[in-house]
Amino acid sequence: MKYLAPVAIFGVLLVVLWVGLKLDPHYVPSPLIDHPAPEFSLSALDDANHVLTKTSFHGRPIVLNVWSSWCSACRTEHPLLVALSRDTAIEIVGLNYKDTREDAQRNLADHGNPYRQNIFDPAGKLGLDLGVYGVPETFVIDAEGVIRHKQVGPLTPEIWQQEIAPLLAKLKGRPGV
Amino acid sequence: MCKGARGWAGLLLLVASLAYAIDRPLNFGDPAQQARYEALLHELRCLVCQNQTLADSEADLAQDLRGEVYRMVSAQMDDPAIIAFMVKRYGDFVLYRPPVQRTTVSLWYAPAFLLVIMVLVWRRVQQASALALQTPLTAQEQARLASIMASGTAASKTPEA
Repeated sequence: MKYLAPVAIFGVLLVVLWVGLKLDPHYVPSPLIDHPAPEFSLSALDDANHVLTKTSFHGRPIVLNVWSSWCSACRTEHPLLVALSRDTAIEIVGLNYKDTREDAQRNLADHGNPYRQNIFDPAGKLGLDLGVYGVPETFVIDAEGVIRHKQVGPLTPEIWQQEIAPLLAKLKGRPGV
Repeated sequence: MCKGARGWAGLLLLVASLAYAIDRPLNFGDPAQQARYEALLHELRCLVCQNQTLADSEADLAQDLRGEVYRMVSAQMDDPAIIAFMVKRYGDFVLYRPPVQRTTVSLWYAPAFLLVIMVLVWRRVQQASALALQTPLTAQEQARLASIMASGTAASKTPEA
C-alpha cells in the first residue's frame, strides 16, 4: 500500500514516455487540411507560355507531388510515382519546387515522367503558400480545390495503400462531382 | 601551451565563421523596421531545424522565410498580420511561444500545477513530523528509549574497559 503511489506514477510515466518515443518530432500537422488550396498563376514546366492556375485542376481529385531535381529523397519515391501513373485513373500533378527547367526536365527524361502536368515554381512561391518545409511532400486535393491530405517525406507503397488510395476512392465516389 | 592556444584560436575562428555564415544581408534604412524585423525572426521557428528560430537557422527554408518577413515588414504590414501569414501556412508550430489553447493547456499550466502539488505534499510532511515531535512517548516507548540509551552507553564504554 505504501508503494502504490510511486509505482502508479512510474507506470504512468512509462506509458507517456513509451508513446512519446513513437511520435515523429518532425511531423508538423498542416493547418491547410480541409482548407482551399492557395491561388496561383505559374507556368507549366514543359512550356513557359502555358499558364496554370488553381482552376486548371478543378473537377477531379488530384495528387499534388512537390519535388525537385536536387532533392535526393524525391528519387526514392520516384519509381513508385511512375508505377502509379500507369493507372490512368490517378492524376499525379507535379509541383517543381525551386528548380531550373533544364535540371527538372533532364531528371524526368532520365527517370520517367509520372506527372500529368508539372507546375514550375522556381521561386518557391506556391511552395510557401502550401507550407512546404521538406520536399518531397504530397497533397491530395479534391475536385473543388480543397486540400484533403498532406504527406511530408517520400511516399511508400504502404502509405499509398493505407492513406492515399482509400482517400482518393472516397473522393471519387462522391456524387455530383 | 602553444597547442592549447592554437586550439582556442581555432575554436574562435570556428565560432566567428559560424556567426558569419548566418547571412544578414537584409537591412532596412529605418532602425524601427530593423528592430521589428529582428524581433519577428526571434519569434518564429524554422521548420527544418526545429529548435532554432528563423534568426539562428541557416536552412534554405529559413532564408526564404526571412526574405518573406523582410518583404512584409517593408510593406508596412503589422506584426499580428505577419504572424498570421506564417501560422496560416505552417500552423501554430511556427511560433516559438505557442498560444494557450486546448492542446497546449498542459504545456502552459502543468509546471504551476506540479508546484502546487509539491507545496501541498511538503506541508503534509512538515505537519506530520511536527506532530510526531509534539506527541509524548507512551510508557512502552519510554522503556525502549531507556534501554537503547543504556546499551549505547554500555557500548561506548566497552573499548575503554
